Amino acid sequence: MDTESANRGFSARGLGKRYVQTEVLVDFGLDVRPGEIVALLGENGAGKSTVSSIIAGVIQPDSGHMTWRGRPYAPAAPGDAIAAGIGLIHQEIRLLPDLSIAENVFVGRLPVRNGVVDREKINSAAGRQLRRLGLDAPPSCPVRMLRVAAQQQVEIAKALCLRSKLLILDEPTAALGADETDRLFSQIRRLREDGVSFIYISHRLDEIPLIADRVLVLRDGRLVSQHDNAQTPVHVLVKEMVGRNMDRIFPERDAPQNDVALSVKNLTAADGTFKNVSFSVRRGEIIGIAGIVGAGRTELMRAISGADSIATGTIKVDGKVVRMAGPRDAVRAGIVLVPEDRKLQGLILDHTLANNIAAGNFDIFARNGWAWPGKIHDFAHSAILRVGVKGGPDQRVGELSGGNQQKTVIARWVSRSPRVFILDEPTRGIDVGARAAIYDMIAGLARAGAAIVLVSSDLDEVLGMSHRTLVLSRGRQRAILEGTEANHETVINLATT
Amino acid sequence: MYAHVKRLFQFGEAGGPFIGLILLCVVFSLASEHFLSARNALNILDQITVLGILAIGMTAVIIIGGIDLSVGSVLAFATMTLGWLMRDGGFPLPVAIVLAILAGGGCGVICGLLITIGRLPPFVATLAMLSGARGLANILTDGRQIIGYPEWFSELATVRHFGFLSVTMSVFIVLAILGWVYLRFRAGGRNLYAIGGNSEVARLAGIRVRLANIWVYAFSGLLAGVAGVALAARLDSSQPSAGFTYELDTIAAVVIGGASLSGGKGGMGGTIVGVFIIGVLRNGLNLLAVSPFVQQIVIGAVIAIAVMMDTLGRRRRG
Repeated sequence: MDTESANRGFSARGLGKRYVQTEVLVDFGLDVRPGEIVALLGENGAGKSTVSSIIAGVIQPDSGHMTWRGRPYAPAAPGDAIAAGIGLIHQEIRLLPDLSIAENVFVGRLPVRNGVVDREKINSAAGRQLRRLGLDAPPSCPVRMLRVAAQQQVEIAKALCLRSKLLILDEPTAALGADETDRLFSQIRRLREDGVSFIYISHRLDEIPLIADRVLVLRDGRLVSQHDNAQTPVHVLVKEMVGRNMDRIFPERDAPQNDVALSVKNLTAADGTFKNVSFSVRRGEIIGIAGIVGAGRTELMRAISGADSIATGTIKVDGKVVRMAGPRDAVRAGIVLVPEDRKLQGLILDHTLANNIAAGNFDIFARNGWAWPGKIHDFAHSAILRVGVKGGPDQRVGELSGGNQQKTVIARWVSRSPRVFILDEPTRGIDVGARAAIYDMIAGLARAGAAIVLVSSDLDEVLGMSHRTLVLSRGRQRAILEGTEANHETVINLATT
Repeated sequence: MYAHVKRLFQFGEAGGPFIGLILLCVVFSLASEHFLSARNALNILDQITVLGILAIGMTAVIIIGGIDLSVGSVLAFATMTLGWLMRDGGFPLPVAIVLAILAGGGCGVICGLLITIGRLPPFVATLAMLSGARGLANILTDGRQIIGYPEWFSELATVRHFGFLSVTMSVFIVLAILGWVYLRFRAGGRNLYAIGGNSEVARLAGIRVRLANIWVYAFSGLLAGVAGVALAARLDSSQPSAGFTYELDTIAAVVIGGASLSGGKGGMGGTIVGVFIIGVLRNGLNLLAVSPFVQQIVIGAVIAIAVMMDTLGRRRRG
């Protein structure tokens, strides 16, 4: 690379970051020339978002240095990055829905004239950037009225109004359809002509040749390869992304029983996030659901457990159709959900273990509706022992570790002996040591005859735990793989195309 | 076994406020020679009956993370309905009493539906009812009071059976005990805590959150109806301006008793202590001839101090 253009662009050398026990980024280097699109690939936890957070000033590296446009660059806060002309666009949109497009673009630095906000100015400036992006919505339109793709363009317009010369796009197409993705790409190319550089983070490998100039692959916090040509075949990239040694140990899986516990037929979400999903799970069987962010995994789990409504399709437990008006119907039919976010959806952190475990279970232990404190205590105590939560019934759940909190959510359901456990990201945010206990517990539930549906962004976990793996991509069921044919390459190929 | 018995009688969150109440009584006993007497104790009990009945319903509302601003107005609507049905409708008084209480319950059901089906925030729904029910209370008689209740009716509030207990007082005591039992020992009551703690967690656990909401507001309305009847008996008349700003005293009592406005926390024991704190303060300050304006300041300070001690104490614990 010639030094002159490197000087005008972005460059990082020797970046490192570690949290208490784990190194999330090791000796990472990166160059982005003006008008260049560099793709950053890697599995979940490979360190991609650490890189983008460091460059955007959200977190600070423990080692290494960066230069930007020929000067040393060390942002202490996101504001420094923005001031230097570097913008980060998150995969989740962070706009204020009730404010207009123009107000969102100028939020925090609204120009004032005669003591009032100069709307003419912000509308014309925002309008200029929107036209540049080819978005034909009026700048005074509230963001709430826009579709997701258009909201994302507002985020980009906002970055452009800040005169950003380097944009980091984190999974920008996760929530977009094919047409919208095409439109986004043509906008990115147009901005590239103007000399804007991009760091493009994505799981979708089929997009890479379409948009990127160069490709970097990260694995376990390290740069494993660089391709100056984005036409590198997908299977090569996949190999590089997953080429880690499989040193994690998952519990033994017993053979499932013969009778089908859960069967789902032609299930389609009311909001269209997934379509025509059909599968069945036998007693004692663990079926893993794999897919990238936005594939509709969580939505599918919520629909099966009655939390969200479905447009069409049937759900059967033990061959009987379950009519779902809400989670209550699912619970009564024997389908229980361990939701994705245990702190917001699974537990009442301020309440005791006893109250958390008893919640929703009075129908099975409160005779004639009497929920005596002693009964609640005993009910919780036996569930705690069965699941192996390290905590007493009178302890506040908020005081427990992540792993024990997750076990508490499961403890709520074990006494019902449910037919079907739906586990959505059961090890998210739980440290590696505590995960083994969760895996053992899941295997134990299956051994006791429950059907298990396991969703995880950690592909090792899905493949290591499941008898079969269902792959979702953009809300469509791509395949159900038997244990022997499910491996990283096939799953990622199916999930990302 | 001992642990079970202890759990049954555990004072819960009300410990701090209870100590405050005792301190308050000690201070007033020292400051006024009239305070510590059976007669004054009965006076206090008499004065808190209406507030106490309202606070029972408000406790449930606040536990599920809601708020009911309409109780004062619904009380007025019920008390006017009672008089109007008796005088202008020609209903026998016992029937009118039942219908007046149901009218209060109807207001509560409307609030519950506005919140669950109409998706209004409880503050807004019950604020609308605060205005609406007050208007209805005035419309019935064009803003005039109703008098002419039979003697037996006002005796419900004035005649003290067994030397101390009037009928209205015993209604309050019985309802408070029922409320305590329900919130503490009934599955439905325990579910209210889960809903207030985190309604999405409760819903995903299979608890019928909407239905519980409608019931709780209906219950609060019914109790406002009961309070309206009790007030009519005590005043021997129905005033359309009755219960003005009672919602604030009621909320104050519940919050002083240790409930959290963000829901999931509180209890009948604490609420009753809170009601007594307000009652004792009013009574004691009156005995000391403190002006009503200063009394308002004192009550404001007590609310702030009680809640502050509670949150500071919780922070220290964890």
